[in-house]
Amino acid sequence: MGEFAVEMHDVVKEFPGIVRASDHVLAVDHVTLQIRDGEFFSLLGPSGCGKTTSLRMIAGFELPSAGEIYIHGKATGKTPPFQRPVNTVFQNYALFPHMTIGENVAFGLQMKGVSKSDIGRRVQEALGMVRLPGYEQRKPRQLSGGQQQRVALARALVNRPEVLLLDEPLGALDLKLRKEMQLELKTLQREVGITFIYVTHDQEEALTMSDRIAVMDRGRVLQAGSAVEIYEEPNCRFVADFIGETNFIGGTLVSVNGTEGEFVADGLKMIAKVGPDAQAGVSASLAVRPERVRLSAEKPTDTPNAFLGEVREWIYVGNDTRFSVKLAPTVTLRARRQNEVPVGFPILEGPTGVNYWVSWQPGSSRVLVN
Amino acid sequence: MIQRLRENKSLQGTLLASPALAWMIVLLIVPLLLVVVTSFGQRDADGNVIYVFKLDNYVRLTGYTENCAGLGDYFSGFFEALTNPALYDNPEIAQTKCFDPLYVNILWRSVSLAFQTTILVILLGYPLAYFIARSPMKRRNLLLFMVLVPLWTNFIIRVYAWIIILRGQGVLNGLLGGIASALNLPFQPLDLYPSPGAVLVGMVYEFLPFMILPLYTSLEKIEVSLYEAAADLGANPGRTFFRVTLPLSLPGVVAGTILVFVPVMGTFVVSDILGGKQVILVGNLIQRQFLDARDPTFGSAASIILMVMTLIVTFYYTRRFGFGEEITSA
Repeated sequence: MGEFAVEMHDVVKEFPGIVRASDHVLAVDHVTLQIRDGEFFSLLGPSGCGKTTSLRMIAGFELPSAGEIYIHGKATGKTPPFQRPVNTVFQNYALFPHMTIGENVAFGLQMKGVSKSDIGRRVQEALGMVRLPGYEQRKPRQLSGGQQQRVALARALVNRPEVLLLDEPLGALDLKLRKEMQLELKTLQREVGITFIYVTHDQEEALTMSDRIAVMDRGRVLQAGSAVEIYEEPNCRFVADFIGETNFIGGTLVSVNGTEGEFVADGLKMIAKVGPDAQAGVSASLAVRPERVRLSAEKPTDTPNAFLGEVREWIYVGNDTRFSVKLAPTVTLRARRQNEVPVGFPILEGPTGVNYWVSWQPGSSRVLVN
Repeated sequence: MIQRLRENKSLQGTLLASPALAWMIVLLIVPLLLVVVTSFGQRDADGNVIYVFKLDNYVRLTGYTENCAGLGDYFSGFFEALTNPALYDNPEIAQTKCFDPLYVNILWRSVSLAFQTTILVILLGYPLAYFIARSPMKRRNLLLFMVLVPLWTNFIIRVYAWIIILRGQGVLNGLLGGIASALNLPFQPLDLYPSPGAVLVGMVYEFLPFMILPLYTSLEKIEVSLYEAAADLGANPGRTFFRVTLPLSLPGVVAGTILVFVPVMGTFVVSDILGGKQVILVGNLIQRQFLDARDPTFGSAASIILMVMTLIVTFYYTRRFGFGEEITSA
């Protein structure tokens, strides 16, 4: 015990249907998760995947239909939100409009019965931490969205919760402010050492900030792991597709040899990594990231996955040049090449229609069973 | 001319406001001034108004009689009436006194009834308004509709309905008698009508919707996430109510209080029907002076006093709680 800040054990949440109460909607479908003490953990998925419902169950705003949630080893059961050792940063900030910033931040401490002098000091500290010192007397509506967001953060952190829950807290901010706040949040989390559980639908945000990520879809956790694991070794097509950009080649897994397998698509034979439960003979998809696909004039000798392809399209986007290459009638790949040296005019005259060798390392591609 | 009108926004505003302004001046300000002038006048033997400047009507309202030797005499009479009202029950003794409590009693009864009504209406209306505001969207309109349905029936008919409920052989006594006989308890029909209590019940019933609607409007604007935030920060439901819900709904309480307190101060129908002779309010006094006693000068003076009392209460009230400032969202 103590190793996990939050454990969700086989948690289910059903809501009554909107049209008929008997048509249950399964918002969270048997989710089991273990969130380590002190880590920055993200729940990532498209809207309606159950990530916010999961967070709300940890906060106590919703009670699970089945299963149990433990906070530092203690079962939460039907504990109401005001008795849980967690605090939430809401998507719309939810600052109390009739209170000053100081009163907002002090609210949680007052509820706990902290002494007046301590409250004053801690409120000051918390506002300093989010870089809003001296804002105690202002009203929430006098602050910009980004500032209100920071106040919401201070209001939660000042209570020194065991776990901080953040529900898409940056969703309402513009892109530049968002990027700034992402880094700030990450730094802040390292400083205070509190477990953060962060809900977002933005995969880049999750990759930037998180120690570990759980990818959710339709109420289920598909994969949980570090950014590297999720990106490099997605365990299913949804995860590979949702995180970053991926080429999928439809075909058949012909044979399995340990961690590698032979895959055939439209007559092309490829070698790729396979998951532990892969079986030969099933129809599957081969996933390979565009930035791992190389283009060369000579046939590369270091990989079995090398095919002659025709460049159908290419786009110059500054740091990258993006290609669309056709390997076989039904196999077209996207490839990305970083412009490490200034791109010369010859290439600008257009390699469209030119044949190039298209290749990638077996280790850069994975066979995902459909 | 038209060109000038097109360019001048403030002229446009004046023009648009002028019909309502003319209406207010002709039908509110002018009559009000007439009432003020009349209140200082005197009634002749035939019931006509003689326009003079005398304070007699106001003096009469204070209960200062010809027996008084001065203000000190008056105040000692006032406190005597306050501490020992039984003294005044005998008309022969009362006649010899310096202070005549009749009108002061009426004024005090009106103010205290208005306060009681307002407080009861808040206590009854608040939970209902809160319940409606937190109901699912679809049910809210139905519930609000049900709050408003009684207003479709004539005001006087609704007050009369209370007679049927409260009188000696009425619905309530019948019901209580039935329960008592079923439980084998002795039962004496309650003397509920006419009485001050019946007037209070009638007032609360009449004015409840005027409290519920502004309260609902305020409560409905409070975002659910604010309740959640309070709970998240450790506030139990009671503390959430007093720290978040109540302060954010104050604009509704203020608006509702004004909508209830002001008309209750002046109404005379409810007290007339449900109070009989027992409950005479300022409204009844004014009505009788104009229609029965044919003394418009004294009726006008009572009207002015009523208006001044109402203004003083609403002034201090709105100074204390604001005038329904919008503070429900950031």
